[in-house]
Amino acid sequence: MSNVESVTQAETPAAATAPNGGDGGAEKPRSLASDAWRDLRRNWIFWVAAVLVVLVVVMAAFPGLFTSADPSFCQLSRQHAGPSGSAIFGYDFQGCDVYARTIYGARNSVAIGLLATLMSGAISLVIGMAAGYFGGWVDALLARGIDIVLGIPTLLAAIVLARRLSDSEDSGFLPVVLTLGVLTWTTGARIMRSSVIAAKSQDYVAAARMLGAGHARLMFRHILPNAAAPFVVVLTILLGANIATEATLTFLGVGLRGDEISWGIDISQASQFVREAPAPLVWPALFLAATVLAFIMLGDAIRDAFDPRLR
Amino acid sequence: MFRYFVRRVLQGVLTFFGATFIVYALMFANQTDPLQALAGERPLPDNVRQALTERYHLDDPFIVQYGHYMRGLLTGDFGVSLTNRKISEMMSQAWPVTIRLAVLAMIIAVMISVTAGIISGIRRGGPFDTVTLVITLILLALPIVVLAPLAQLLFGIQLKWFPATAGADPGLFQLILPAAVLASLVIATEIRVTRASVAENLRADYVRTARAKGLSKRRVIGIHVLRNSLIPVVTLIGLDLGNLMAGAIVTEGVFNIPGVGFNLFRGIRTEDGPLVVGFVSILVIVFIVVNLVVDLLYAVLDPRIRYE
Amino acid sequence: MTDIKAEIDVLPGLDSSARLLEVEDLRVEFRTPAGVARAINGVNLHLDPGETLAILGESGCGKSVTAQAIMGILDSPPGFITGGAIRYRGVDLLKLPEEQRRKVRANHIAMIFQDALSALNPVFSVGFQLGELFRVHRGMSRQDAKRRAIELLDMVKIPAARQRINDYPHQFSGGMRQRVMIAMALALDPKVLIADEPTTALDVTVQAQIMNLLAELQRERNMGLILITHDMGVVADVADRISVMYAGKVVEEAPVLDIYARPAHPYTKALLESIPRLDLKGQKLNVIKGLPPNLTRIPAGCPFNPRCAYTRDVCRADPPPPQYDVAPGRTARCHFWTEVAGNEPAVS
Repeated sequence: MSNVESVTQAETPAAATAPNGGDGGAEKPRSLASDAWRDLRRNWIFWVAAVLVVLVVVMAAFPGLFTSADPSFCQLSRQHAGPSGSAIFGYDFQGCDVYARTIYGARNSVAIGLLATLMSGAISLVIGMAAGYFGGWVDALLARGIDIVLGIPTLLAAIVLARRLSDSEDSGFLPVVLTLGVLTWTTGARIMRSSVIAAKSQDYVAAARMLGAGHARLMFRHILPNAAAPFVVVLTILLGANIATEATLTFLGVGLRGDEISWGIDISQASQFVREAPAPLVWPALFLAATVLAFIMLGDAIRDAFDPRLR
Repeated sequence: MFRYFVRRVLQGVLTFFGATFIVYALMFANQTDPLQALAGERPLPDNVRQALTERYHLDDPFIVQYGHYMRGLLTGDFGVSLTNRKISEMMSQAWPVTIRLAVLAMIIAVMISVTAGIISGIRRGGPFDTVTLVITLILLALPIVVLAPLAQLLFGIQLKWFPATAGADPGLFQLILPAAVLASLVIATEIRVTRASVAENLRADYVRTARAKGLSKRRVIGIHVLRNSLIPVVTLIGLDLGNLMAGAIVTEGVFNIPGVGFNLFRGIRTEDGPLVVGFVSILVIVFIVVNLVVDLLYAVLDPRIRYE
Repeated sequence: MTDIKAEIDVLPGLDSSARLLEVEDLRVEFRTPAGVARAINGVNLHLDPGETLAILGESGCGKSVTAQAIMGILDSPPGFITGGAIRYRGVDLLKLPEEQRRKVRANHIAMIFQDALSALNPVFSVGFQLGELFRVHRGMSRQDAKRRAIELLDMVKIPAARQRINDYPHQFSGGMRQRVMIAMALALDPKVLIADEPTTALDVTVQAQIMNLLAELQRERNMGLILITHDMGVVADVADRISVMYAGKVVEEAPVLDIYARPAHPYTKALLESIPRLDLKGQKLNVIKGLPPNLTRIPAGCPFNPRCAYTRDVCRADPPPPQYDVAPGRTARCHFWTEVAGNEPAVS
């Protein structure tokens, strides 16, 4: 074997194996999002949550798919009657069909949860981004504001505010949405603020700024996409929490009222007659819990996928 | 330590004024007839109306009204309910019961969550951890309005393990079920924080040092890891108090416990505005003070803050 | 500073005529979801009292894992010792029950870590963390332990030891913190001290102070010192012998002067050439091409072959090069060690 041969042969395999030498160099690089999606797909909690969420949303949008009974048709003669073929959960104190009321109850919960969360998300987006992006006295001022709102236990403030906003004529729908929206933005704002601060110090943002990108462009093209994942997680969990708080406010008598069909109202009413008839309490309570659980599980699963540190 | 202390106290004072101002403003600002709003739907006799106008200084500008309200808060004068009872008196009757309930709930919550959190944190991914994680998820998802009536139905009425309602002067036994209901409001987050904190600290370099020192596993975890892990859990307890208060309104209402929450529950249902404002103000103050104390406690536990 | 420790817990089978420390064919693997990483593949080391052995290599070569295996503080899972022996005065530490193994730590073999700020517990005072050793291993009272802790701080030349004993780690400067670590390691008068990059996190001026302190304390106590580092400059000053590690193996072992004069393994040679030297100022620095191998896929044959200038067919095929005896007390795992050592003119 001549010397020349051995050298040329030495070159080729060395060059071929070089990329494999590096740490995992042979695998193609994956983005965080696709990585997270791959993890999500394998997580059974995510699938249970997703199925439940879809089910509840369909129930809220098209309750007629699930029942043909009229939830507001009540007859006192059927008071606390047991389950039958037409009303599988039986009848409540007023003699209304518990199954129909439970199905129709999803609409108010989901609608209030969604609207309140959108409002709260918008507030936290603006406040969090302003605090994080501008820093300085804007940040200091907004941070104190967040501290003050956090200093008031949400439900207590909600009780006062919901009472104040509503007058006895209306259904209480809008006041509850406003109350929840105004009081629950602090977590989202904090997440947004720290994400923006983290993103701001990244090299690519500095580079974009040097290239002359304006405030708005920087914010929406470069900073926001990176803050999106934790923000979505917070909002998903908040959606579940808002539905729970709505039910609590309604239960206490400062939320929905009157002829509205809502799980909170049904639970509140049935809990007074729980010794006589537990079913009108149990069913709306289970549906409410399942709905809240679905959103919280969904948020949890997404967070775990994006934040693999704690697995 | 001193700088931290001063800064935190100043922050607390600021939060106090901000929060009470918001609560007051929510109640009275921009009302066409604030008194009718206070009274809700019930008719307001002229003499009551006059008394209330004087009481809330409604003829004065808003900021003066707020000043009077603050002076009331600071001197322990919280006003009179529409049923003409002094709120401070109702408070002093209700507090002992609620404190008993809250302390019992806290003890249950901390005992369960710290134990479960530590085991989960050490055996991450194991069967205990998985089961605990699922349970915390379910607990997180159970709103108090579901939990309280269902617990009453199941354990109080059907199984009859505990009394279904507490009665006028509840003892420890009557309070166990409602306290457990309250505790389950905060157990989930406490377990999760403990677990995450233990898991994180187990990976810390100082754990390796402690093992290199020839310390037993029990001592490494029981002293070195535990002390570090409990710091975030303690701060959580302050925030949890807010949850407990909110939970107490529903829980005391459902179980008929004559505490602060029960009074507030009844005040809301009977649309007794002065009562609601008075009680909420007091609860907000308690919440702020407890959080201040917890933050100072945090400094005692973490020398890095103490000597900053 | 003589201690009654030797009498307190004599290890069964302890033979004072046997070698102080001997590592033989040690193998460690990490079982991870990404595959089995073979971190250590047959490491041989030995250490005598008063001697300093430097273990040199890039990060990921297994030098810290070797140290943790000797200490018995490998995280398991994912780390598993799959073979070999670690003998301390003739006792195979790997065969000891955990309770006895635990007593070997700090009493016989102690360790200093790289970053003292994270290696010390942030919420306990320095006095507590030092005194803990005496309380746990010697059953001393709090007061006695504290007194000993103050003596230790004096020993590592921390000014005003009595006042600083109740301070917390973050209140010390980097150098002072590393002194605390040294005090902690030497508290129970161990016979073997392992220092894992003890000066990497420190300023250059402080580095020299810490190394001098270590050397001085070693001399006083006639301790065996294993110094783990990637810094060839530190090694030249203090080490007696050097073991160069690559991909979980000792590729060259030699007395310190010999290795600088005539490296017998291409990797050692490349490492030496990558040190900036004043006399070669202006010339291009030789850096080693490529990356260290992925430990889940170590190449066949000599693990260094993809990066080596001397590589021939025999290097790419198993079996990997054996330990060739280069000279008395010198070995190298290279088929062409004569060529490698011969080509290089002695460094003047």
